Amino acid sequence: MSVQKMIELVGVRKSFGKVEVLKDITLNVARGSVVALIGPSGSGKSTLLRSVNLLTVPDQGFIRVGEQALDFTRGHRLPGDRELSAFRARTGMVFQTFNLFPHMSVEENVMAGPVKVLRMPKADARTLAHELLAKVGLADKATARPDTLSGGQRQRVAIARALAMKPEVMLFDEATSALDPELVGEVLAVIRSLAAEGMTMLLVTHEMAFARDVADRVVFMRDGCVVEEGPARQVIETPSQPATRAFLSHFHNGLGPS
Amino acid sequence: MQYQWDFGFLLQYKGLIGVGVLYTLAFTIGTAVSGLVVGCMIALARLSNMRVATAVVTGVIEIFRCTPVLVQLVWVYYALPILTGIELSPSVAAFITLTLYGASFFGEIIRGGIISVDMGQWDAGRALGMRRHQLMGDVILPQAFRRMVPPLVNQTVLQLKNTSLLSVLAVPDLLYQGQLITSASYRPLETYTMIAVIYFIILFPLTRFAHRLEARMSH
Ligand SMILES: Nc1ncnc2c1ncn2[C@@H]1O[C@H](COP(=O)(O)OP(=O)(O)OP(=O)(O)O)[C@@H](O)[C@H]1O
Ligand SMILES: [Mg+2]
Repeated sequence: MSVQKMIELVGVRKSFGKVEVLKDITLNVARGSVVALIGPSGSGKSTLLRSVNLLTVPDQGFIRVGEQALDFTRGHRLPGDRELSAFRARTGMVFQTFNLFPHMSVEENVMAGPVKVLRMPKADARTLAHELLAKVGLADKATARPDTLSGGQRQRVAIARALAMKPEVMLFDEATSALDPELVGEVLAVIRSLAAEGMTMLLVTHEMAFARDVADRVVFMRDGCVVEEGPARQVIETPSQPATRAFLSHFHNGLGPS
Repeated sequence: MQYQWDFGFLLQYKGLIGVGVLYTLAFTIGTAVSGLVVGCMIALARLSNMRVATAVVTGVIEIFRCTPVLVQLVWVYYALPILTGIELSPSVAAFITLTLYGASFFGEIIRGGIISVDMGQWDAGRALGMRRHQLMGDVILPQAFRRMVPPLVNQTVLQLKNTSLLSVLAVPDLLYQGQLITSASYRPLETYTMIAVIYFIILFPLTRFAHRLEARMSH
């Protein structure tokens, strides 16, 4: 294997009630690469992303992240709380709505994972939190309350909080969709710098120009299926499938030259 | 009306009244605490995805919510021993009843507080790898608790009022002592007026406190 796979999904299926939201998805993310997940609303992008860290437990399929693998094919025992938690602790996730803990200060948010989950001494966790806050440009906000921050600042805290677990991969679910346009750039800049450091990332995004410029590969989903997958520039600029073309035609004004 | 008010005679009964106040407060505080503990377990059982536990607990809650406390008290004291063969003292019967009655309401308040916390908070805690109990203790309950306090205080006020029903089992609470004093002094007007005033003096600050908390939470 020339490129090592960091995330590997094989035959993943998920239904909510009678609706099959993920239909036999197979997806790989190479170590150190960035994969962007695009597609229309309701196509199952979030569900797929949430399957990677088991926030949504699939009905069927095989999921591996780094060294950890879980098999959901029929006949396998469902993982318990302990296994699920251990699995999730190795991945970082950033949500559209930030989901910072409102009753904790910024630094406490970042310390929460290391202190509670990794049992890191508080002093060490605080040092780590300050390093990470500096990294996302918020060194001066350590003691602030989340509700005093702008959306862009909150999302950067959320990224720092996820990084504090020293994750093997980072998952982003429309990390900039809830932001005012002028705040999008500061968050994308942080994601870009993580990509430059070689962080393995899977991100759901509606920022096509960003996907084209930062992602190595782009995956287009529709109705719970992967319709097209390939090098980022190729999928976004010269898609081969009509469905991909139709979807991307909505974005052309946002796709200026890079 | 020619009635001659005279509260002076009540002084000679201050010992009895003191005991009554003590019983009323002790039962209120005791069953509020035990009710909260049981209520917490009820809330967690109802939030769990164990179908049987949820169904049983929901059934018990409905029984306690949809029958009068007075009936529950009498049933636990007079009827339950026939089923179990264990005699209960009036105080124990009263304590059990008020605990379960309070718990069925406390439990719903706690459950409501927990489910009012944004689903994104659960996601965020889980994504960090928190175990269920850590998520509950460090993320969900601290946020839910703020919203639960005003209704919990209100329910405790009701709990205190309900202790007056203990008099039917001859538990020497405030009202029961009033009945004793009345039968000895033949002065129900002053006696029961004083009893009402004492309840009011205890409860008025508590309800004001609940109102203030509610006002503070709502903005
Ligand atoms: N917890 C859930 N329970 C029931 N249905 C769900 C649940 N989560 C998602 N769905 C349904 O699954 C389908 C796919 O949802 P998903 O959120 O994965 O789509 P998406 O591609 O992320 O869409 P969007 O771009 O709007 O975020 C939708 O029809 C949605 O209503
Ligand atoms: Mg989504």
